[in-house]
Amino acid sequence: MKKSICLYFQVHQPTRLRQYRFFDIGKDSHYYDDFANRTILKRIAQKCYLPMNELLLEAITKTKGKFKVAFSISGSALEQFDRYAPEVLESFRRLAATGKVEFLCETYYHSLASLAAPTEFKHQVEKHKAHIQDAFGVTPTTFRNTELIYSDAIARQVYDLGFKTMLTEGARHIMGWQSPDFIYTAESQPKLRLLLRNYGLSDDVAFRFSNKSWNEWPLTAEKFAGWLNEADGDIVNLFMDYETFGEHQKEESGIFDFMRALPAAVLAQGMDFVTPAQAVRNIKPVASLSVPDPISWADEERDLSAWLGNELQQDAFNKIYRLTEKLAIIADPELWADFGHLQESDHFYYMCTKFFSDGEVHKRFSPYDTPYEAFINYMNVLSDFIIRTNYAEQQI
Amino acid sequence: MRVLMFGWEFPPHIAGGLGTACEGIVKGLAHNGVETLFVMPNASGDEDQSATTIINASDVEVRNVSTTVEEFINKVKFLYVDSNIVPYVDPDEYYEAIEKMKAQSLTETSVGFGQKFKFSGKYGSNLMEEVSRYAQVGGTIAMQHVDEFDIIHAHDWLTYLAGIAAKELTGKPLVVHVHATSYDRGDEKHIDTRVLDIETRGMMAADRVVTVSDLTRNIVINKYGIDPSKVVTVHNAVDFSGREDITVERGVKDKVVTFLGRITFQKGPEYFIDAAAKVLKRTKNVRFVMAGSGDMMNRAIRQVARLGISDRFHFTGFLRGADVQKMFALSDVYIMPSVSEPFGISPLEAMRSGVPSIISHQSGAAEVLKYALKVDFWDVDALADDIFALVSYPALTEFASKQGYDEVNELKWNGATAKLKKVYESLI
Repeated sequence: MKKSICLYFQVHQPTRLRQYRFFDIGKDSHYYDDFANRTILKRIAQKCYLPMNELLLEAITKTKGKFKVAFSISGSALEQFDRYAPEVLESFRRLAATGKVEFLCETYYHSLASLAAPTEFKHQVEKHKAHIQDAFGVTPTTFRNTELIYSDAIARQVYDLGFKTMLTEGARHIMGWQSPDFIYTAESQPKLRLLLRNYGLSDDVAFRFSNKSWNEWPLTAEKFAGWLNEADGDIVNLFMDYETFGEHQKEESGIFDFMRALPAAVLAQGMDFVTPAQAVRNIKPVASLSVPDPISWADEERDLSAWLGNELQQDAFNKIYRLTEKLAIIADPELWADFGHLQESDHFYYMCTKFFSDGEVHKRFSPYDTPYEAFINYMNVLSDFIIRTNYAEQQI
Repeated sequence: MRVLMFGWEFPPHIAGGLGTACEGIVKGLAHNGVETLFVMPNASGDEDQSATTIINASDVEVRNVSTTVEEFINKVKFLYVDSNIVPYVDPDEYYEAIEKMKAQSLTETSVGFGQKFKFSGKYGSNLMEEVSRYAQVGGTIAMQHVDEFDIIHAHDWLTYLAGIAAKELTGKPLVVHVHATSYDRGDEKHIDTRVLDIETRGMMAADRVVTVSDLTRNIVINKYGIDPSKVVTVHNAVDFSGREDITVERGVKDKVVTFLGRITFQKGPEYFIDAAAKVLKRTKNVRFVMAGSGDMMNRAIRQVARLGISDRFHFTGFLRGADVQKMFALSDVYIMPSVSEPFGISPLEAMRSGVPSIISHQSGAAEVLKYALKVDFWDVDALADDIFALVSYPALTEFASKQGYDEVNELKWNGATAKLKKVYESLI
């Protein structure tokens, strides 16, 4: 059987908070740093989204549709495209029109709702699904949770929401001797198929590509296709942030040339490209996987410690999700939107205090100087939000 | 009577409270008929000189320094400065200064006969060098003005060496003013021995040691071994003239309980947090604010999160200027749970804004504030009780607010400096 390569790119932009001081609580309910959000989005649109979309469109045309990819675009990112860079949305629509691009479903706000409140999780999944249908005219059938967070419990919820396929991390502590390069089923829900990220090969592109002290540098498409071919399973899942292309790995590193050459190199070695939905149609599962404790694709630990590892994160998390029931009975679109944006996992990520090695990565993506500042600012915003919520509740 | 006074800073350019206190003192002394020549390392020229004459040490050429003075100056030259050794300075300011100083290279600049030394007058990493240079220049100034003063008065350890030099060269009596001691700056294991040495030397050489509270007086006597008969307490006062009352619109309906100051061991932040958690178990209509920064801030944030009260306990970071007044105006209760506080001017500021205050018995301010509520810093239950009472019983709140306001308005430098004048008189 032909080996398949499954490419999935995550597109997400957080709704960064402005500096929100104690003095603002109860007085000012605009929480977002619109300037930073616009500036960053416009920069990444120029450096990554627009050129890379163009490149992928060309690859699909050139290979007559043999090249395929999947995207998951968070609702937060879609909102920012709509507001600051509608041309990016247009270019994603052109990709959608080829029929060779699968759009996955996730929580609209790129949130941790799957760990907190089933009702809120369901609400956000359905909101995202509707939004994708609206934007691209396709109905997502594959689910990927925020940061590939996955557990047996989440698998059951996802299946109950109508999905037959889910993406997650091929975490070493879960896989043991097993290879991520096959299709698995969820132990808690045997009808749910799992596609597992091959983190070694994914990170060769996402993290190591431009690292000149890496002994495989420079990485060429031919060499990489050779590695893909050597993998002994049915499918190699290359999952990464879309911002890898042009943002994390700069244009000067040759990342675009690499991606331009990759489709032909893969096809030349007799492999093919699949989207997640096709993969589960073509390939039979080999075993089931049991994941009692949640895993993710983040950091060395591949667990939740990037978002809920310290007491700051846990308290902030508990405080916001305690509001879920209250908000369910308040019909206020503005409150709902703020509630969603405040749930974005990035806010919790900024509070991470794992200072060594992985902490560096956190710091690089954080608008704050320290995790403590991130926490203080978030809690000030949340305190204002709680006041508004309580007020709205009293009005009912 | 005329006094040659050595200070480190003077409003408007101040990093801490030492300059403010010095201004209050020279104005109070002027009111009591005492003239002052105020020496400072780096004057800007825009200081208010209505009550004193300011001498800028940076403008003075060094000359006629006796060998005995040089000898002790040499001993303290070029020492690295550790944090927390300066009174009333916020750590943010301190670290800013340190970072700036690090950027410059520290080369030994020898100042010889006929040269001027340009002081920064800040609290940077070459502070020790400045302190010893200041002594050198201080001696010169004392000689130049030898006929213009009867008494030498030096404020805090930064200026003690200058005071000693002036005394050695002129033979006039020396008063040193203790605003803080090394024992208030952290636990005893981490005391900077070079600062301790200068403090001890200054107190030993002084004819009178003035302390800002009896608490500090006891430390001076017991820890520094100074003869009790020459140690006199003159409590700090506060000058509210020219202060405009500000009104701010409140964003939150809840009562606000505030801690404002450095978040360091000495200020007792953890007792405030523990008390907050206890109060929140009984009533929800209250918020807590910790305003300031310091080396215990991150620990404090974690403590708040661990107790699960971070939606009711807020941090503002370091506040400057008008934001401090704004914070007081937004507060219903002010807390100063200091473990060790020579005086502590902030509850006076709070009470002046009509905010009832709870302060620890371990603060100098507790000796003068009858209408502040007082607890031992470690007695978290008592602190929680008092907070609860002040946010729950309006009769108590109004009483403490009204009486406290009147009380702090009576704490004037005119009275404090009248006592200081008596100290001077006993030496001539």
